[in-house]
Amino acid sequence: MSDLTYIPVLAQLNDDFFGNREGAADRCPGNNGLCPGWIADNFSDYLHPFWEHVLLSIVPLAIGFVIATSLALFAHRYRVAQPFFLAFVGALFTIPSIAFYLILLNITGRGFGTAVVVLTAYTQVLIYRNVMTGLQEVPAETVDVANGMGLSQRQILFRVELPMALPTIFAGLRIAASSTVGIAGFAFFAGAGGLGGEIFSDPAFKGNVVTASLLMILLATALELIVLLVQRLCTPWERAVAT
Amino acid sequence: MPTETKAQDGAPTIGSDAAPLEFREVVKHYPGAERPAVNKLSLEVPAGEICVLVGPSGCGKTTAMRMVNRMIDISDGDILIGGKSVRDRRPSELRREIGYVIQQIGLFPHKTIGENIATVPHLLGWNKQRTNERVEELLELIGLPGDFRDRYPSQLSGGQRQRVGVARALAADPPLMLMDEPFGAIDPINRERLQNEFLRLQAELRKTIVFVTHDIDEAIKMGDRIAILKEGGILAQYATPAELLMYPASPFVEDFVGSDRALKRLALQRVRDIDLWTAPLVRIGEPVSEVKAKLSEADLEIPLVVDDQGRPKGWLSERGLQGERVREDFRSPAEPIVELDDILRDALSDLLSADSQYGPVVDADGRVAGVLSIEALSHALSVPAEHLPSATELAISTAEHDAADGAEEFA
Repeated sequence: MSDLTYIPVLAQLNDDFFGNREGAADRCPGNNGLCPGWIADNFSDYLHPFWEHVLLSIVPLAIGFVIATSLALFAHRYRVAQPFFLAFVGALFTIPSIAFYLILLNITGRGFGTAVVVLTAYTQVLIYRNVMTGLQEVPAETVDVANGMGLSQRQILFRVELPMALPTIFAGLRIAASSTVGIAGFAFFAGAGGLGGEIFSDPAFKGNVVTASLLMILLATALELIVLLVQRLCTPWERAVAT
Repeated sequence: MPTETKAQDGAPTIGSDAAPLEFREVVKHYPGAERPAVNKLSLEVPAGEICVLVGPSGCGKTTAMRMVNRMIDISDGDILIGGKSVRDRRPSELRREIGYVIQQIGLFPHKTIGENIATVPHLLGWNKQRTNERVEELLELIGLPGDFRDRYPSQLSGGQRQRVGVARALAADPPLMLMDEPFGAIDPINRERLQNEFLRLQAELRKTIVFVTHDIDEAIKMGDRIAILKEGGILAQYATPAELLMYPASPFVEDFVGSDRALKRLALQRVRDIDLWTAPLVRIGEPVSEVKAKLSEADLEIPLVVDDQGRPKGWLSERGLQGERVREDFRSPAEPIVELDDILRDALSDLLSADSQYGPVVDADGRVAGVLSIEALSHALSVPAEHLPSATELAISTAEHDAADGAEEFA
């Protein structure tokens, strides 16, 4: 392994990759079991990585949403851009995440910024495609009648098309949220910490892996619920029922 | 027309008058197309009238309509609203002054009914109070309860949505309305009701309306004037429904109107509009000598017995007249009873199904107003077209009559 230490991320794995817990091999935590007692005692150690993970999820989602929506609005206005944008965001999504981190390390160095670039790139296809679909699903006659009543192109976009696309846009955002929480698990390759770092610091110890994983699931679920809540607040007509 | 100047200083038109519309040699030629979609179309629509554009698919009727508010650009010629060219106007400003209704209605699903109706007032920058009052007024006009303003379109029936679509187009009280098959997606029963409702509304509002349909029966019913277009956007005939039915200008028009055009004319008139026969009205117990005098004056030689309120009881037999006073002895019941407001088509149908040559006509109170006979009907069909009423006039005569009845259909 030491040959590879010129790759900084692997250098970090070298020293304590297989754990540094003390204790007898037949008892917790030395036996790599679930060890609830150990989890309870050491839970506070997970809080810092957890908050790192929260930031690693929310920041790329926010930046990704702004970029992908802008791309989609541009492509909606200038249709020639559509195939190019779709190919571009699709290609971003196919880059293997570890490779992506390693490539960027040589360009942007280690740290939070690198992780955000990678995670933002992955949100693009999910958000872009849904914004695009949502806009395209607005019935032609609704746009026609808006036009016929004298709404300007901008007014049609912001008062008719975007609001009507909201349910689809939010659906994309929900998928992007859980996917980002998952991919942020590799952010420690860029030295950006997060719960993935905890998992890989002692991958053989069930107590450690389960705790970190559950926190990630919790985060993903919470983000989805928050997006869903915002969606419900923004789209009251979706809940209107015939009387 | 004062509409344009008003719109320019931001105080748009409420209670604006209808504006006349003129197509002047209008041509639409799509790039790459072999022949024009609309070819030198010239026609004038007087203010306050419904002009129906009708024709087979591909005749350019929708294209012609959409050039009026510049949804489609005019290739050549001009369209004038109130004497002013639409080509000089900014499209979005022009469109805010023209009501627009399409078949799919196109209500905004994410906005409430009130917000939908307020679309154009909102664009024109009306204040809240004025907008709210207008929304309330329009909901009442289309016969929807006031609390509908907070509902969403998905909570309404098709017919209600269609009404809201019309109300939305009327919101800023435009002098001109464009309607593209507005009743096309409604089931036949509701369509008829909405058509009647709309004609009544129009009798009150008197907008200039361009109405596109492919259905000649709808055209005859709704139009004050009908423009029949044929393929290639060529005007085949522009005339009132009655003229069209009586004097089709070409074999194409004759064919498009249908071989039953004589029967279709029956839908253009009501019983009250034609010369009815007089019948000798007698009461039981009347001296026979007086009846004989009445018999010689009336068109019909059979006495019609009426009750004290003047309502028909039956046709008197020969034996009823034997003696000094009229005796109760009927040869046949007074059937079918026709109402003054029936259209001739329905009245004829009543006569035929009762297997009768004539039937008493009654007014709204059930009193005899005359006798309708097959002969009177066939005489009515030979009346020159220019004497026939237009759709709006028909609607007005009905509306006046209904107002007397309490106008329950709007409730």
